[in-house]
Amino acid sequence: MTDTTEKTARAPVSGPPAPAAPRPARRWRGATPWLFLLAPLTLLIVFTYAPIANMVAYSFTDWDGVSPELRYTGAGNYAELFTRSDLFEVFWVSGYYLAASVFQIAAALYFATILSFNVRFRNFFKGVLFFPYLINGVAIGFVFLYFFQDGGTLDSVLGLLGVETDRAWLGTPVSANTSLAAVSVWRYLGLNFVLFLGAIQAIPGELYEAAELDGANRWQQFRHIIAPGIRPVLSLSVILSVSGSLSVFEIPYVMTGGATGTETFVIQTVKLAFQFNKTGLASAAAVVLLLIILAVTWVQRRLVPDDKVDLV
Amino acid sequence: MTRRAVARALVYLSLILATLVVLLPLTVVFLTSLKTPGEMAGDSGALTPPDDPLNFHNYVTAFQDGRMLPAFGNTAVILVVAIGGTVLIGSMTAYAVDRFRFRFRKPVLALFLVAALVPGVTTQVATFQIVNSLGMFDSLWAPIALYMGTDIVSIYIFLQFVRSIPVSLDESARLDGANALTIYWKIILPLLRPAIATVVIVKGINVYNDFYIPFLYMPSEDLGVISTSLFRFKGPFGAHWETISAGAVLVIVPTLIVFLLLQRFIYNGFTEGATK
Repeated sequence: MTDTTEKTARAPVSGPPAPAAPRPARRWRGATPWLFLLAPLTLLIVFTYAPIANMVAYSFTDWDGVSPELRYTGAGNYAELFTRSDLFEVFWVSGYYLAASVFQIAAALYFATILSFNVRFRNFFKGVLFFPYLINGVAIGFVFLYFFQDGGTLDSVLGLLGVETDRAWLGTPVSANTSLAAVSVWRYLGLNFVLFLGAIQAIPGELYEAAELDGANRWQQFRHIIAPGIRPVLSLSVILSVSGSLSVFEIPYVMTGGATGTETFVIQTVKLAFQFNKTGLASAAAVVLLLIILAVTWVQRRLVPDDKVDLV
Repeated sequence: MTRRAVARALVYLSLILATLVVLLPLTVVFLTSLKTPGEMAGDSGALTPPDDPLNFHNYVTAFQDGRMLPAFGNTAVILVVAIGGTVLIGSMTAYAVDRFRFRFRKPVLALFLVAALVPGVTTQVATFQIVNSLGMFDSLWAPIALYMGTDIVSIYIFLQFVRSIPVSLDESARLDGANALTIYWKIILPLLRPAIATVVIVKGINVYNDFYIPFLYMPSEDLGVISTSLFRFKGPFGAHWETISAGAVLVIVPTLIVFLLLQRFIYNGFTEGATK
């Protein structure tokens, strides 16, 4: 399997199109771009396209990832994936993160809007809201493990407010998933916020002035000036949220290890592939995830045509 | 007018509330990192300040027993090599694709564009087998190769930027006898500096924070990067929250410093990186 991979990887690189021109200088010029593309294309094919091709191939087998022999099992892995309820459950977990990202986008939009107007300490608030996005995911996991711990930050704050709780925040599936999704909002809100803020600030200031002269209030300004200006970024945020909620890994893995019903699609796939040596089944799961994400991207591109596609 | 004042007050209230939500969990962890095991075992709550605000003992423990020093070393090596490689690969691709007309140019470009749609997390099951068969598993080469080879966003950024460099510069250099490599190295690469800055910042923060790839590909304890070494605090320091907190603070502080120094570039970089 690997041999074919390497061969396909090298093929387009080692066989540059023979230049038609006889003059040596011309021939050399024909090869020049390929010399620059040699390393990038090799890496691209070896680490992106070969894995996709192999993954699709593995997904129709019962390979364990180690032994030299593997059997072709047809669509068996896919059937198992969609019929075994314990494997399918991870999609419900994604639901928590998806719901959280709706809140996240709304909150990011709110903060971006108010901080685009004149506010004291604007840069401070902007920095505070964005900084969590830059923090190491494992560190965030530990920070919030302590936050939700029995007698930890959250319980102490609630105690100050006179609310006595003795619940284990990460103890039941609903509570644990909600808490983890909240951590994910805490972590990723900043990126949405900065994207929205950038889009809002790119709107020329005269528009607001003109609107104000016409007597438009803040809501009308938002509705008719800001909202149309941020549509591309909004659609980008939606797609990032969908693919993000399907590929959650770090936060739940660090905080709960996938226990108490918090296992996500990626945690399950990693466990299948690297703990239970079910490479075939894990590949099928990964193919399904890839197809979902590509489908979502495709739908988004259809709904909001990107006017910046001028690369080709 | 009073309604405006109320609205203003509510706006500030929401901002202060958000600030508390962001900073409180971090502050508590910082306070915890300065406490002694005795204080932790005692009845002091999570919000009480440490008895001795200059107690850095936990940081010493985290550094020594938690092997944070080699972890920072490994992370630094990966950062330098992977980012250097990304800059070269991205700029070379952009140069070749934008400045030359050759057969299969469009298919090549399409290969790069389509790859941007494939999220890395989905393909690791199969990528693992390839990395393994290349003999890179459990070595620093695995993350370096993956960070270098799968970063399409940087290629996008370079591609946009190369296009804004006037072709007349290349042509006049060629008339002076410069070959393609000289033009790339002496003219294009230096002019790409702003794009390089963006890529270095965005990539640097992503690589520094990445957990998934080092976790999958470098199980050896000697090869711990900051993410995986911090993750290993979970075992031996199980209930020692003061040590775990110190480790987390150690990992967060460099990010904070970089953020405070390079704020403007970071905002621009991430905006560009995400919208490309």
